[in-house]
Amino acid sequence: MAEVIKLEKIDKIYRGAGDTQVLFGIDLSFDEGSFNAIVGESGSGKSTLMNIIGTLDVPSSGKVYINNTRTDVLSHDKLAELRNQTIGFVFQFHYLLPEFTALENVLIPCLIEHGRADKHIRERADELFELAGISKIRNNLAPNMSGGQQQRTAIIRALINDPRIILADEPTGNLDTSTTASIYTLFRQINQAYKTTFVIVTHDRKIAEQTDRIVEIKDGRIEMDVRK
Amino acid sequence: MISLKIAWRFLRSGKAQTLLIVIGIGIAISVQLFVGLLINSLQINLVQSTTGNSPHITISSAVEDVTISRWETMYDNIAGIPEVAAVAVSASSNAFVQKGDNTEPVLVRGFDFTDADAIYNFSEAIYRGEPYRSRRDVLVGKELAEELELEVNDRLVVVLPSGTESTYRIAGLFDVGVASVNKSWVITRLATAQDIFGYGNRINAIDVTVVDLFNADVVATRIKQSLNDEDLKVENWKQLNQDLLSALQSQQLSSLMIQAFILLSVVIAISSILAITVFQKSRQIGILKAMGIKDRTASLIFIFQGLILGLAGSLTGVGIGVGLFWSFVNFATTPDGGPVVPYYVETSFVLLSWGIALVAAVLAGVIPARRSLKLNPIDVIREG
Repeated sequence: MAEVIKLEKIDKIYRGAGDTQVLFGIDLSFDEGSFNAIVGESGSGKSTLMNIIGTLDVPSSGKVYINNTRTDVLSHDKLAELRNQTIGFVFQFHYLLPEFTALENVLIPCLIEHGRADKHIRERADELFELAGISKIRNNLAPNMSGGQQQRTAIIRALINDPRIILADEPTGNLDTSTTASIYTLFRQINQAYKTTFVIVTHDRKIAEQTDRIVEIKDGRIEMDVRK
Repeated sequence: MISLKIAWRFLRSGKAQTLLIVIGIGIAISVQLFVGLLINSLQINLVQSTTGNSPHITISSAVEDVTISRWETMYDNIAGIPEVAAVAVSASSNAFVQKGDNTEPVLVRGFDFTDADAIYNFSEAIYRGEPYRSRRDVLVGKELAEELELEVNDRLVVVLPSGTESTYRIAGLFDVGVASVNKSWVITRLATAQDIFGYGNRINAIDVTVVDLFNADVVATRIKQSLNDEDLKVENWKQLNQDLLSALQSQQLSSLMIQAFILLSVVIAISSILAITVFQKSRQIGILKAMGIKDRTASLIFIFQGLILGLAGSLTGVGIGVGLFWSFVNFATTPDGGPVVPYYVETSFVLLSWGIALVAAVLAGVIPARRSLKLNPIDVIREG
């Protein structure tokens, strides 16, 4: 299967009074359509690794390829385009824009790309709201929703531009157990329905065990890489 | 346009804050407009009361008591200058008028009525009687008529310094609004005045008004060049009112400075408020950037916020400013009930103020827009 994400010898050093190296020569790749977890203790470097994959952060050395495009050398604008069209983010905090309704939040990535949301994309939004089970709150402003509804809306937003990759950083960190379970069920459904590649960063082993591959990071190095 | 949409939503979501800013800009612009309109009107009023119903340029003999002959060609030449609005020649001299035992010194002035009317607006100034028709008709000013208890159709005896007396009929009484003129002028036909003083066909002065009164000095120079006669002097109102003009100029300058400082404070206010907005909305901007909004598009949000605030604020300001000025003209009145200043709203000045305020508001958005360029999504996400 084609590699949709590929990292080569990634180092990350935070410069400061005393330099801190958080990633050491990471070599890692993910196949298209796969469902993966990155686990590790807090401070292990897993979130930094995910931010580098998501082009939000740059490695101190090494190469990053997304969809066979080397990203660590791209301009700000090219990176913005790549993120908009190829990557969907789900964070621990939903980061919905409180000034917009659920539906409007969901359509923002599309508005960024095309300047408008056509009928086709609205239908897709409807379909995703239906899949996530929150059709009723689509016209609610973000602050007028429960935590679970906000996170589901954020997931739909990540999916609206039909990205090839979803990067989720502790996506259920703020949610209760039953909501957590339903979010992972939703992830699976999406993975199967749209063949979207998932990379989920979590410190929760139970969640990680539901994925097809677990990469464990410890002190900035890959400690373990297990496929089911 | 996603930047515009987001800018609009950001402003709408903080309605109270937005309203406050709009009112703030509105008040500042209205003060700027009010000051500008007031000073403009005061200046127009001052200039009009100085030059109104009087010639802008006067051509007379360089030597006192010498009359001008062969004036017809000069008259035609001056009337042919496009910037000239009206020309009138006059024959004048000092005399006395008698009624019963009373004698008053006067200036008898002979004009062609139609020509003089274009400059002095006599036809409107005549409040009783009518213009002079026959060669023995005269017009008398209000103050002189009151002093000597003169009425229309009364006989008026004019006595020359040489002692010669002649009698005329009062055809009408006039009030030009200037007491000294009303008290001392006796107006009659050009030919009558020339007769009384024995001028033959000669005159004393050529009076001229110009289309743009601030251009009077330039036209005066042109007239002087075209006359090319050292024996004639050409005076214009600007040269005779240097003090007034320099006072007007410094007033204009101080008004401009006040207006500039008000606009500067508007720019600083909008700019600092928008800078706070960048801080308030940094999380939103960060996440928009993570979702792929380009730096330039994100910074446009703040330019649009400036534009919207500027548009709403300046329109409010124009409304309040013009309204304030209108109320001032209508409610601030002199003891005789007339306005302290005339209502004169120069549309170009209002539009210019509005335009400057708008541009200033957009420029005020530039600083926060530049700050937003530096916002890195990773910082927002790391902070959580």
